[in-house]
Amino acid sequence: MLRFILQKLALIVPTVIGITIASFAFIRLLPGDPILAMAGQHGVTPERYEILKEQFGYNLPIWQQYFNYVAGILQGNFGVSLATKRPVIEEFMTLFPATVELALFAMLIAVALGIPAGIFAAIKRGSWFDQITMGVALTGYSMPIFWWGLLLIIFFSGYLGWTPVSGRIALNFFFPRVTGFMLIDSLIAGKPDAFVSALRHLILPAIVLGTIPLAVIARQTRSAMLEVLGEDYVRTARAKGLEPNRVVGVHAFRNALIPVVTTIGLQVGLLMAGAILTETIFSWPGIGKWMIDSISKRDYVSVQSGLLLIALIVMAVNLIVDILYAVINPRIRVQ
Amino acid sequence: MAAETTTTTSSAAPGRFSGLREFWYYFSMNHGAVLGLTVFLLLILVAIFAPVLAPFSPDQQFREFIRMAPPWAGGTQPQFFLGTDEVGRDILSRLIHGSRYSLMIGFIVVTGALIVGVTLGLIAGYFRGWVDALIMRIMDIILAFPSLLLALVLVAILGPGLFNAMLAIALVLQPHFARLTRAAVLSEKSREYVTSAKVAGASHIRLMFVTILPNCLGPLIVQATLSFSNAILEAAALGFLGMGAQPPTPEWGTMLARAREFITSAWWIVTMPGLAILITVLAINLVGDGLRDALDPKLKRS
Repeated sequence: MLRFILQKLALIVPTVIGITIASFAFIRLLPGDPILAMAGQHGVTPERYEILKEQFGYNLPIWQQYFNYVAGILQGNFGVSLATKRPVIEEFMTLFPATVELALFAMLIAVALGIPAGIFAAIKRGSWFDQITMGVALTGYSMPIFWWGLLLIIFFSGYLGWTPVSGRIALNFFFPRVTGFMLIDSLIAGKPDAFVSALRHLILPAIVLGTIPLAVIARQTRSAMLEVLGEDYVRTARAKGLEPNRVVGVHAFRNALIPVVTTIGLQVGLLMAGAILTETIFSWPGIGKWMIDSISKRDYVSVQSGLLLIALIVMAVNLIVDILYAVINPRIRVQ
Repeated sequence: MAAETTTTTSSAAPGRFSGLREFWYYFSMNHGAVLGLTVFLLLILVAIFAPVLAPFSPDQQFREFIRMAPPWAGGTQPQFFLGTDEVGRDILSRLIHGSRYSLMIGFIVVTGALIVGVTLGLIAGYFRGWVDALIMRIMDIILAFPSLLLALVLVAILGPGLFNAMLAIALVLQPHFARLTRAAVLSEKSREYVTSAKVAGASHIRLMFVTILPNCLGPLIVQATLSFSNAILEAAALGFLGMGAQPPTPEWGTMLARAREFITSAWWIVTMPGLAILITVLAINLVGDGLRDALDPKLKRS
């Protein structure tokens, strides 16, 4: 097992180096001079230009610039935001829990609905339930989620008035930040009405962000179940006279779970892409909206470090999924 | 669509139509796929005849009818069947013209991603060694970034606009083709027909493109269909975020960029362009599902 993990780690080393090169290259690929690009429309005086050039190390040879960049990252130095003058890593860490909370809740919805829907669709293959579920799943998979979010706002916030339109929590609630998760922090502070407010803010964005993963998980669960239900050992279990629920639940589902778990893990990158759109629509103060705002504010240091951090996080999660996959499926380890 | 039909014919032996017929037999058993194909073909017709079909020019502003509701939802102007937008343009006409952009985006992005991805995948799988390692590590790096984020950053570098958006999306989508092609080449390369072609003196280029490639087409066609709908979705998302096609282009995503302001006042401005995107993408995905069932013998219905 340890050897398997080490092997996986060795395999991602070139990719991690590549990611740092890509994010390093980003600022240098911007059209025109990087310092002028960062200075924006106000421009800089020639003296200030020289100072900035020195400060960012642009007077050094390119390989040394890259070396300094990586050395900085290893020491946790991700640069200073051009817009707020605060360290980028600080801004990132302040906003990151909001995205994680949203993504986890979205995933919870997707798994809680997608797996049962997929299982029943597979058991009742060809039935009206199967056809409707798969039709809905394909529609969800084809959904432009930014539009889907707007539709839900029109209906639930505008027409019914059930949910707020934007933000994470009503502004009249204050409680100390412990975990950064509003749902947990409000409970720690002992404010149930703040918890309800946070939940009401969370539900629509989570549905929007969870829609495509839900569709993918339902489809994947169904096809994994169908494959397993055709296997000999399921037939044997049936022939032994086991009750159908036990055959499906124990014999089939456990084995069908393996590809499904992988699918769930692979949704992380998708969730980050979805978070960009979802957070923009709902003004959710997370990483996705921060990236969009940074791009439109031309805060290229934030964009650069955000790109790097997001790619590294997605990679780390995928690595963990790979390892988990090997834990639940010994066949992988032996290969 | 034309590309798909011709590729299917060429994968069957020349002069024999049984392959195509068998394919159509399996494809047409899937009613959803046939429905999707019908909708998609209709969309192509709409895109081709857009100037004839659209009642108005997509840019013509009727200043006296700003934000007019559709006639079937309380509007008073029957000539604007889907209502008008915030500057009084006919939404239906804009949607009809917008179909040109969406389909063009799909075709151009997929063609670009297909050409680059397949070539890289063929080279990697055929030559192996350090070439293979280099190409596939670069693909890994591209795939490590969430696709929309990478496309956004690329557009930030290249400058907002439809062409740059398409370029960025093609770059983000092509690693999938490279990986698929490489995997297919690896499994085909050691087959006897390749060896016999090699012994007969075929060049590397010929072996790659003429001998091996046609036998890897099945999964590539399915992936191309999926990428087609993905390209439309991502371009619409970029347009929505203000980084894709720029106003007043009637691109469906761009039409939604300012829609958030009209959530409470004029729901039809928000609803219609998204519905167009959803129907198009859904139709293509239905076709994709049908193609996968028909082309992948493993999943073939018994």
